[in-house]
Amino acid sequence: MCVVTLTLFLEQLINGLQLGTMLFLMASGLTLVFGVMGLINLAHGSFYMVGAYVTALVTVSTGSFLLGLTAGVLAAAGVGALVELIVIRRLYHRPHLDQVLATFALILIFSEGTRWLFGSSPLWLSPPQMLTGFVTLPGGARYPLYRLVIIAVGILVAVGLYLLISRTRLGMRIRAGESDREMIGALGVNIARLYTLIFAMGAALAGLAGAMVGALQSVQVGMGEPVLILAFVVIVIGGIGSIKGALCGAILVGVVDTMGRVFLPAFFRQFMSPAEAAGVGSALAAMLVYILMAIILAFKPKGLFAAHG
Amino acid sequence: MDKLKNDSAPPGLPAIPATWFDRKGLVQIGLLALLLLAPLAAYLLGHVYYVNLGSRITLIAMAAVGLNLAIGYGGMVSFGHAAYFGLGGYVAGISAYHAFDYSPFLSWPIAIPGSDSMLVIWLATILLCGLLALAIGAISLRTTGVYFIMITLAFAQMVYYFANSWPSYGGEDGLPIYLRNTLPLVDTGRPLTFFLLCFAGLLLAMAITSRMMKSRFGAALTMARLNDTRLATAGISPYPVRLVAFVVSAMITGLAGALYADLNGFVSPTLLSWHMSGELMVIVILGGVGRLYGPLAGALLFVMMETLLGGLTEYWKLFLGLVLLFVVLFAKHGLMGWLAGREPHV
Repeated sequence: MCVVTLTLFLEQLINGLQLGTMLFLMASGLTLVFGVMGLINLAHGSFYMVGAYVTALVTVSTGSFLLGLTAGVLAAAGVGALVELIVIRRLYHRPHLDQVLATFALILIFSEGTRWLFGSSPLWLSPPQMLTGFVTLPGGARYPLYRLVIIAVGILVAVGLYLLISRTRLGMRIRAGESDREMIGALGVNIARLYTLIFAMGAALAGLAGAMVGALQSVQVGMGEPVLILAFVVIVIGGIGSIKGALCGAILVGVVDTMGRVFLPAFFRQFMSPAEAAGVGSALAAMLVYILMAIILAFKPKGLFAAHG
Repeated sequence: MDKLKNDSAPPGLPAIPATWFDRKGLVQIGLLALLLLAPLAAYLLGHVYYVNLGSRITLIAMAAVGLNLAIGYGGMVSFGHAAYFGLGGYVAGISAYHAFDYSPFLSWPIAIPGSDSMLVIWLATILLCGLLALAIGAISLRTTGVYFIMITLAFAQMVYYFANSWPSYGGEDGLPIYLRNTLPLVDTGRPLTFFLLCFAGLLLAMAITSRMMKSRFGAALTMARLNDTRLATAGISPYPVRLVAFVVSAMITGLAGALYADLNGFVSPTLLSWHMSGELMVIVILGGVGRLYGPLAGALLFVMMETLLGGLTEYWKLFLGLVLLFVVLFAKHGLMGWLAGREPHV
């Protein structure tokens, strides 16, 4: 009994980490865009969707997942850059209300446009052949390799982002942009290009997340929205504008959400009938991350790692 | 000096008393007359569908009047008003469900039976929405700006997921209301009667908003939006002022939700979804943010687009998105700004 629980626990912990790395890929783009440009972007989930769709289409037509993934990430970056050039850059100096509405309009355009082009039925994307195997965890459980690869990619991206921001010239500009926008413009940095680049980078990360998750779940219209809202919770918990906050928040939310869904119904089963326990447990589990957010905000209204003051 | 700021911020106190017959007055009378007379005419011609469409526009406008109080007058960009709209709907639905099969809503610690009386439902809606908004607002209003937007969104999602996974009242599938809830002396089952009831509700919501904004409280709320330091300097703490406005706003939206559930004879988590919050915001903006008649104009435009474009193409929201993008980028005073001219600034 005890060993089974431990195995289950380990398995769910890894599941939680996997959700967490996905959320980090989404949240890092959101938080960068907010930190540097002061923009709230609801359409970030659309880039997630674009990445997944392009990956699915290219993978099916070429037979290579790697090629599909590359195309998906590039497409998301390209669409991101285009959206920035046409719409987003008009919004930097607008109130947040305008930003919310304009990017809400972008969601409607992207979602309905995709539905128009590809229909409402989901596309199927399977992980590449060589990653379909299982790994034996300590305790004897078999765990899908692909999910571990996703975690590894997430860690690589986190390290890469850290190096990019702390060690490169571009990262220096990004940091400078966060602390004083006018000043780096005065120092001769082409701000408009920097903003487009950052926005496209965030979109590429969202596209990467969408492409990788697309192979686990189905690729369909609206797939980015639940992830987007969880990513918002992540960056609110972590502190808007902070990459470190996004990482901690993402792992916290990923693990708490996954664990809650598995263990809360089991917890309530000890003193309720199974049907009741399933109802109460799943309802409470669905609310758990939001309750976590409320508690954190009650103590730290600016999140765990407040980026600005 | 504050010209730029005043242009982008919605106007607050209606300082210059409008006569009924200038351009703005005529547009306002016209909108009200259109909303009242079109369903009446449809009724006389025997098109019940359009009477119900009129009720739908009226209730969405009423929900948006509530949201406009928060966003337009209070400067609190709530992205979670679907929570109150849906909660109102669920109060009507759950109460009717228990009244229908004579089961108690609660038997312990006190017995609460269901009820199919609208008066009871409205009272419960106002109380519950007020309590929910008090809790959410108390936490959310500690923050500002983007945090506020995201937190209100997250709390509304919490309510949404709760309704979605709580199995007792239909969960994802929603809850039907088999018989429309009742009022003494009035037959709410008749479409025209129900429409007039909704219309009265809308007028009441607008009257409350208007009275509030003309009072001392309204002046404080406007100042809390424009410059809360100045308000604090005048000896009024901005936080409780905002919180009260937020709670009243939620109550109005919730009441509209209770009526909306009765109109449809159905309530489901869709009412609570973040698309609903987004659409209510869209209506406020399309109509003209911070204007008394803005939500009315916005709801008319929104539902007409939905009906006309939705009849032409399944993908009408693509065009809604384009229109919205255009309005936000280039025509930020909304339909009322275009029809009735800009509101005079304080």
